[in-house]
Amino acid sequence: MHFLRELWDNVQEFIVKVGAVTLFFGRVLMQLPRALLRPSLVIEQVHNTGALSLVIIMTCGLFVGMVLGLTGYDLLQRFGSEEALGTAGALAVVKELGPVVTALLFAGRAGTALASEIGLMRATDQLTAMEMMAVDPMRRVVAPRFVGGIIAMPLLTVIFIAIGIFGVQLVGVQQFKVDAASFWSQMRSSVGLDDVMEGVIKGCVFGVACSLIAVYEGYNATPTAEGVGRATTRTVVISAVLTLILDYLLTAIML
Amino acid sequence: MLSNAASRKPQAEAAQDSIVEVRDVHYSIGGRPIFSGLSLQIQRGRITAVMGPSGTGKTTLLRLITGQIRPDSGQVLFDGIDVSTLSTSELYKLRLRMGMLFQNGALLTDEDVFENVAFPLREHTDLPEALIRNIVLPKLQAVGLRGAARLMPSELSGGMARRVALARAMATDPEVLIYDEPFTGLDPISMGMIVRLVRQMNYALGITSIVVSHDVEELAILADASYIIAGGKVAASGSFVELKDHESEIVHQFINGLADGPVAFHYPAPDYYDDLLAG
Repeated sequence: MHFLRELWDNVQEFIVKVGAVTLFFGRVLMQLPRALLRPSLVIEQVHNTGALSLVIIMTCGLFVGMVLGLTGYDLLQRFGSEEALGTAGALAVVKELGPVVTALLFAGRAGTALASEIGLMRATDQLTAMEMMAVDPMRRVVAPRFVGGIIAMPLLTVIFIAIGIFGVQLVGVQQFKVDAASFWSQMRSSVGLDDVMEGVIKGCVFGVACSLIAVYEGYNATPTAEGVGRATTRTVVISAVLTLILDYLLTAIML
Repeated sequence: MLSNAASRKPQAEAAQDSIVEVRDVHYSIGGRPIFSGLSLQIQRGRITAVMGPSGTGKTTLLRLITGQIRPDSGQVLFDGIDVSTLSTSELYKLRLRMGMLFQNGALLTDEDVFENVAFPLREHTDLPEALIRNIVLPKLQAVGLRGAARLMPSELSGGMARRVALARAMATDPEVLIYDEPFTGLDPISMGMIVRLVRQMNYALGITSIVVSHDVEELAILADASYIIAGGKVAASGSFVELKDHESEIVHQFINGLADGPVAFHYPAPDYYDDLLAG
């Protein structure tokens, strides 16, 4: 009985939280038009979430691509079809690894930065001070950061994909001497625009999810040092889990 | 109770010219009552101190006055307007008439001192840069920090941060300035500066000041009128001299800083002797 009760409490808590996030999402959306009227704030946030994440996105993209090159080559040469490495690597990066790994890195780099920044503003009364100056923090702080995140995330995904394919090529063509012409031509003939769009759409959806979680957790952080720490942790955990669940759903829909 | 006798007196003179009036406010957080029938008036153009032991809801009172929270019952009037009935946009309009100084300054960490003071102007007006400069620099000069205009908040001492916050609160020329614990954690020099500034703002510019604090000595110099809040109500009010001779025990304990009294030294516990033997 006790176990069931606890389970029920958790389910209730989960439903309440989903409701709270949805309401918060609605509030952010209402502020979006006014936030977009001040592009300088949004551009600053695209820089903060996007440009500052570039180095880790590119580094990880390169290594993910290279690992894919190694394992892909090992697998394909058993069937004597090494030239398919271009197609296999590109599809894996474009459709799955690109958006998913980018989202996980985005949550770790940009999401935590957003959550801790907003959480710290909450803890040091900066958000209340804005309200007292008759400035709505949802419009001035949350909305531009959210928009910055959803603009940056697809861009980062595309960059990750490009570097990832370069990584596959680096190992496949340069190291294992797969024929370059067939590597690229097979990739071009079998990877269509719809595959690329699938990756970009995933990037957009993950961008909305990860940015929303980050600003929500930061905005609703308990206003203490401990509270900000917890909000940051929750941001990473929830973003990662949500990304993988959404990935399954999107893949199933777009298959 | 003892608070009734005390709170009756200011009510009699309330009619004259109070800009903020709290009427019989009840407020509780999570079932724990914070205020049970709190009434007080803040006179226009004067410095009013709100004192009380820790945890009596002094900051909560400020949040009620500024409309950040709404009372369970009772009224909070700002210049005759019931704050708790306002919509968000009306409330924001009203808040332009108030300035608030937070305990730690609450400066925006990613903007420098100048931009912090300019923040409300940039948000609410389309003034040209030259004019903003002409508004911000005098405010910074008034708090003695024009030379620190390009420093970041992280480079400021606690006292300096509070002075910048004061300049920022002044930027929109409010009618009422609210100070939340302005003296906490400051050295005597910074404390002296803040005391001087509060007086200056009040008398030179005719601003009404509400100072929430428990620094009895500073408030004795500063305040025209004081309220002591305890047990969810006004326990005493009047000038500092009147408070000093107040018959109520809690007021006596608070004003004189006594370790034991109605606010007990010992947290409630079972009998000491029994407790020792129980182990």
